[in-house]
Amino acid sequence: MGEAIVVTSGKGGVGKTTTSANIGTALALQGKRVCLVDTDIGLRNLDVVMGLENRIIYDLVDVIEGRCKIHQALVKDKRFDDHLYLLPAAQTSDKTAVQPEQMRKLVNELKQDYDYIIIDCPAGIEQGYKNAVAGADKAIVVTTPETSAVRDADRIIGLLEKEENVESPKLVINRIRSHMMKNGDMLDIDEITTHLSIDLIGIVLDDDEVIKASNHGEPIVLNPNSKASIAYRNIARRILGESVPLQLLDTESKGVFSKIKKFFGVR
Amino acid sequence: MKKTQNVIIKGTKDGLTLHLDDICSYDDLKQEVERKLSSSTLFQEEQQLLSVKVKVGNRFLTNEQEEELKDLIRQKRNLIVEDIETNVISRKEAEKRCRETEIVPVAKVIRSGQVLEIAGDLLLIGDVNPGGTVRATGNIFVMGYLRGIAHAGSAGNAEAVIAASVMKPSQLRISNCINRAPDEMPENESRSMECAYISESQQIAVDRLQVLMKKRPNLTRFEGGL
Ligand SMILES: Nc1ncnc2c1ncn2[C@@H]1O[C@H](COP(=O)(O)OP(=O)(O)OP(=O)(O)O)[C@@H](O)[C@H]1O
Ligand SMILES: [Mg+2]
Repeated sequence: MGEAIVVTSGKGGVGKTTTSANIGTALALQGKRVCLVDTDIGLRNLDVVMGLENRIIYDLVDVIEGRCKIHQALVKDKRFDDHLYLLPAAQTSDKTAVQPEQMRKLVNELKQDYDYIIIDCPAGIEQGYKNAVAGADKAIVVTTPETSAVRDADRIIGLLEKEENVESPKLVINRIRSHMMKNGDMLDIDEITTHLSIDLIGIVLDDDEVIKASNHGEPIVLNPNSKASIAYRNIARRILGESVPLQLLDTESKGVFSKIKKFFGVR
Repeated sequence: MKKTQNVIIKGTKDGLTLHLDDICSYDDLKQEVERKLSSSTLFQEEQQLLSVKVKVGNRFLTNEQEEELKDLIRQKRNLIVEDIETNVISRKEAEKRCRETEIVPVAKVIRSGQVLEIAGDLLLIGDVNPGGTVRATGNIFVMGYLRGIAHAGSAGNAEAVIAASVMKPSQLRISNCINRAPDEMPENESRSMECAYISESQQIAVDRLQVLMKKRPNLTRFEGGL
């Protein structure tokens, strides 16, 4: 029986889809069987970022409404043998086409066949969010080092903490620009984690390669040399239970580093 | 019918006191109040208003009954009911009063969009994040960052105070007074161990925690001794 992880943020455009695609791919690279589920109905993206857009035949709403079986809708990613699948969102319906109860059933069914179900959540706290968390066991909250994104992350964490079936969420800080952080023009990692008071599971630098890779339909984790790639792979390893220290930002001061180590119990 | 004294009128230098029997039926009592007050000559000579205290002993009066008695007495020309005193309160009322003076510990982070509302004093072990709100009918003590909104004395207690380990609220309210954060908050100020209270000028003042001993000595509830 696998586990379902929802990737959410509150605020739009902070990197949920990018994080879902890369964590999912990294887990598949580690030999796990992974199913990505795009719940952003009406604004689907995950298929594009994964480069699977052309192979979609059925979608999530087709499955929910009984027009096809789950396995018919799953798009297989040929790059990873039998390890990575995508259940695409519908592009033509809207978020009210699905109910949380139906999502829960569907995710539970997927958990029989896969080690990890990664659920890409739409922005906001309405129906789409409710659907996305309905079947989840764990949650990853993505934020950027901006006050507004952190505020929305806080709101989402508050909502997630009310979900009885979801474990205490973990934080990913995305799009970090180390020079801005160093100059104090961006919230620093320590500030964000103390404010949100949840565990940090990874930090990802702002990296042009991420955008390039997404445009080619190739998640950045497939490029072994970029920093963002290593960051996403480290997050995957932490999900698998390894204790991996955070990558150092070039400009990081000693004080911050020792605090980061603390989060992962590294001496 | 046996003749008993259900209503006894006593005059003191502070005014009149009506002692009402607490065993007879409420209807008998009403009748006798009516009768006593009309027959008594005591009230007819006096021109100025007389205030009366009503003591009902161990009788429990509903709000309606209290009003009824007050009306009844008020109709007698120059009498004004100052107070109805009873030895008993309802269990509900007692519980409410207990709750209002209780210290309620809560270990939680109050996040954006969340509202924590309690009767009594709040002892929050955790932070109030921006966009979060804590509200208490009594005092608010935050052992953590106060970065959101705190509203103490929310049912109208201007004596209530707010204290926080780190005082960086977006807004403070005490009773009906509101005070928002200055637009320019100096970044480097630590604002640790501070308190807020309504000052003599009827505005919310923020100061070191230690001033509360002088400003609000009643905060100390410890009765002391063995
Ligand atoms: N670490 C990064 N470095 C550079 N660009 C990034 C990074 N992470 C995400 N991006 C870019 O940011 C944009 C938004 O990312 P993404 O689509 O993953 O966000 P989202 O949270 O899923 O958005 P939405 O709320 O619309 O679903 C994309 O163009 C993506 O390529
Ligand atoms: Mg998205």
